[in-house]
Amino acid sequence: MLTKKILISALSALSLLVVSNVSFALSAEEQKGLDISLEAKKRDLGWQDSTADMLMLLRNKQGQESIREIKMKSLEVNNDGDKSLTIFNKPRDVKGTAFLSFSHPVEADEQWLFLPALKRVKRISSRNKSGPFMGSEFAFEDLSSFEVEKYTYKFLAEEELNGLKTFKVEQYPADENSGYTRRIVWIDTQEYLVHKIDFYDRKDSLLKTLSFKGYKQYLAKHWRADTQEMINHQNGKSTELKWSNYAFKTGLSDGDFNRNSLKRAR
Amino acid sequence: MPLSLSKPLNKSFVKLLSNSVKLSVIIIAVCVSLTLSKPVLANETASDIEFEVSGNVAIEQRYFFKDALYSEQLSHSQTSFSVEPEFYWQWNDGSDSIIFTPFYRVDSHDDQRTHGDIRELAYVHASDDWELRVGIRKEFWGVTEFQHLVDVINQTDGVEDFDGEDKLGQQMINLSLVNDWGIVDVFLLPGFRERTYAGEEGRLRGPLVVDENNVSYESSAGQQHLDFALRWAHSVGDFDLGAYWFHGTNREAYLSPSPQEPQSNIVSSSLQQYYAQMDQLGVDVQATLGEWLWKFESIYRSTSLEDFWATQGGFEYSFIGVFDSTLDLGLLMEHSWDSRGEVALGAQGSLLQNDLFIGARLAFNDMQSSEILMGLGSDLDHNAFSFLIEASRRFGDNFIASFDVRLLQSNEPNDLLYTLSNDDHAQLSLAWYF
Repeated sequence: MLTKKILISALSALSLLVVSNVSFALSAEEQKGLDISLEAKKRDLGWQDSTADMLMLLRNKQGQESIREIKMKSLEVNNDGDKSLTIFNKPRDVKGTAFLSFSHPVEADEQWLFLPALKRVKRISSRNKSGPFMGSEFAFEDLSSFEVEKYTYKFLAEEELNGLKTFKVEQYPADENSGYTRRIVWIDTQEYLVHKIDFYDRKDSLLKTLSFKGYKQYLAKHWRADTQEMINHQNGKSTELKWSNYAFKTGLSDGDFNRNSLKRAR
Repeated sequence: MPLSLSKPLNKSFVKLLSNSVKLSVIIIAVCVSLTLSKPVLANETASDIEFEVSGNVAIEQRYFFKDALYSEQLSHSQTSFSVEPEFYWQWNDGSDSIIFTPFYRVDSHDDQRTHGDIRELAYVHASDDWELRVGIRKEFWGVTEFQHLVDVINQTDGVEDFDGEDKLGQQMINLSLVNDWGIVDVFLLPGFRERTYAGEEGRLRGPLVVDENNVSYESSAGQQHLDFALRWAHSVGDFDLGAYWFHGTNREAYLSPSPQEPQSNIVSSSLQQYYAQMDQLGVDVQATLGEWLWKFESIYRSTSLEDFWATQGGFEYSFIGVFDSTLDLGLLMEHSWDSRGEVALGAQGSLLQNDLFIGARLAFNDMQSSEILMGLGSDLDHNAFSFLIEASRRFGDNFIASFDVRLLQSNEPNDLLYTLSNDDHAQLSLAWYF
């Protein structure tokens, strides 16, 4: 009986050690990298919900352009990933198509697609992180909400980027389905906003660079970039994202993110 | 040509018109709903009405490789033109909306395929945890790909395409209630739509033409029978579940050769349709486990003529980024089973009593959304198979070109596929979206 008790307490002490080990094991650079992202996430908390319009300009090597017009609705969920509804308006053949996602920091996201021609709601696999979104240079994972748990971190240096003082941090995706081995992210030391990301593919060669431009502050708190430009160094294609009509705390609720709202999304 | 087209056009318009008369009940209901929502409209200053038009116009060319099996049928080439605009109004920030989607197709040969339909004419009011939808609508249920077994609300627009995925608009009053334990939908379906079948000149039909004027019903209310359906659907973790009960007119007609007229010396040349009453229970389940999608559908149907079970089940597996590229490859396999077993041609039953389907879907994930789908269906009880390829690609910003090939083969003279084995065809279509 006594030995059993000792064993249990020894085991629990051990398990406690294992759990706390995670933070213990972090080097100073890893801890600093994590702290920067925790701070960035913390500063943006409390946006509750948001709506915005997104224009995607796809350009190939020859300079040919193609347009995607998309509306986004998002709901902040405390202690879990966000919920989002993505509604397609252009190209015209996919008009009315809508995408509902419940993201989770660690477990698989839950995703549904509504196909207007058949009026069909389809649950889809969320394993496709690395695939291109709508034929663009953005992968699905590049557009999903940022959760601290999705990466491990390593602070590299303080660096000046376009006259801004920034932290240069390396981020390693926790998800084995990610298309990247690592990302290098430049976050400014003033507002903790991401200004540039370099993406390294599975062979660890530089694949893409994403630049953020035209940050604007909403509700005196939440910063959002007007323009994001993704350049693919390997295929010469690029995609520009232009955001407009940002609105926060519009009163969206769980009821705006279910099967029914997916079917009538406009 | 314009002369030969004018007759079916008129006929279809009359059909369309009589159909809309039958819908008067619905329209009154829509008006009542609109009036109800009006005070809200007047109170809110920000409730501007937004209006939107979109839709598509398409031209389609079919080519049948072999000569027709029956003398009245078109020989090789069939051209058609279709238009489907969508008019949409919303107000109260999208809480109230009206959608109107008429559809019309003109076919170069098949009178029956030259037809129109109101795909949608409905008013929807959305609240936080309930929605009311009144009018003509389309409602899809199910999870599988090769057969839509549990999908029962809308009648199949059989002349549109071989796959049965095109549906006729259905008049309905639908109340949808959102609960923590799932979404419950109640449907009242006043008025029944008869299935559309290929006409005399049309291909992809059996030896006898289905007579659109020789239709009878089990219910004394006939086409006016009020059908009812109750459905529950919910997502629990990796599982998406649905279950329903449907009570009303069977969407599938029992077809039998028309009795010969006394003075006539022709052997029966057409099939008459008989729509029985049915009770149907259905379930659909999808488990989304990583790259695997496991799918299962089952129905139990009870009519005064027969009771039976049927299932459709299988999986879809996705390879993401095959060959170190941005291409996705999906592999599909499904099996169909029906408790009625093998049936002779003309008898009641399902073609898909013990059939295996395999398929591959290749998505290029390029700017043009290029996609290829291949499927092979095989009857495990006797030697019959069907094969299809569907490829599509966007051109410019607003055009979609699709190319389909369908091959049908059977060695069993009792099989419907046997009567269609001269109907192998390729189809090219170009659609402009606006």
